Amino acid sequence: MKAAVIVFPGSNCDRDMAVALKAAGADVSMVWHKDSELPKVDLVAVPGGFSFGDYLRCGAIAAQSPICKGLISHVERGGYALGVCNGFQVLTETGLLPGALMRNAGLKFVCKSAPLTVETSQSAFTEGYNAGDTVHFPIAHHDGNYTADAATLAALTSEDRIAFRYGDNPNGSVDDIAGVLSENRRVLGMMPHPERAVDAGHGGIDGQALFRGLIGQFVQA
Amino acid sequence: MKAKVHVMLKTGVLDPQGEAIRHALGSLGFDGVQGVRQGKVIELDLADGTDEATINQMCDKLLANTVIESYRVELL
Repeated sequence: MKAAVIVFPGSNCDRDMAVALKAAGADVSMVWHKDSELPKVDLVAVPGGFSFGDYLRCGAIAAQSPICKGLISHVERGGYALGVCNGFQVLTETGLLPGALMRNAGLKFVCKSAPLTVETSQSAFTEGYNAGDTVHFPIAHHDGNYTADAATLAALTSEDRIAFRYGDNPNGSVDDIAGVLSENRRVLGMMPHPERAVDAGHGGIDGQALFRGLIGQFVQA
Repeated sequence: MKAKVHVMLKTGVLDPQGEAIRHALGSLGFDGVQGVRQGKVIELDLADGTDEATINQMCDKLLANTVIESYRVELL
């Protein structure tokens, strides 16, 4: 399986993402935001960080970068994409995922391990878990307060597109939402960091199943 | 020509920063502040003759996230 990790100025989880993908068996290339074309890959990962210093809105400037046009065509062709933290913000700003991420309700930067409930196993990202499982992923964000209008929330719920919910809502997200899937279930955006929970040295390995499940899809195919 | 774009969170979207400001005003002794909403103002220095439709496009594509924000353009 081939994966690309996009690097923006201010990305800081790009290498962690690459390490997690490689550990699960992916062939990973790093792609600079000014490139307008992606290499031929199965998965594009949009990493965490503070792209463009979070100027204007988190992810807003990154969403307009040349590589994001390539990302949008990749997704339109049915390609997989994973956005974590700032990557989730970028995916909502590009319109590839619904909703938006606002300033945390408590106004503080939150940095801790968060218990999450896996809400669905019906996606390449979550098939390694059972719905209802509790996993612990680190969170580290100032703007993770997920919001969407009532119609969007109703659609996300009825279409089983809420991938993860917080056990102990740390940021005010509506319906405790921590991660959502696209309509075709091939794009996942989430604030918590699965790539920071793939090695015993991280303090937990709950994220391994996400990367192994995702890459396993392509091994079988 | 110049234009000012006022970006605010939409009505109904909870504004945690505005709430924090309201509390701070209360603790300074300013009673009766019923609500505070915080937004941003973006000043644009534009080529003469830029029409309002173009400025609206700038807002829709970048300056505001219309999922949560509304905007108002003021031509100066």
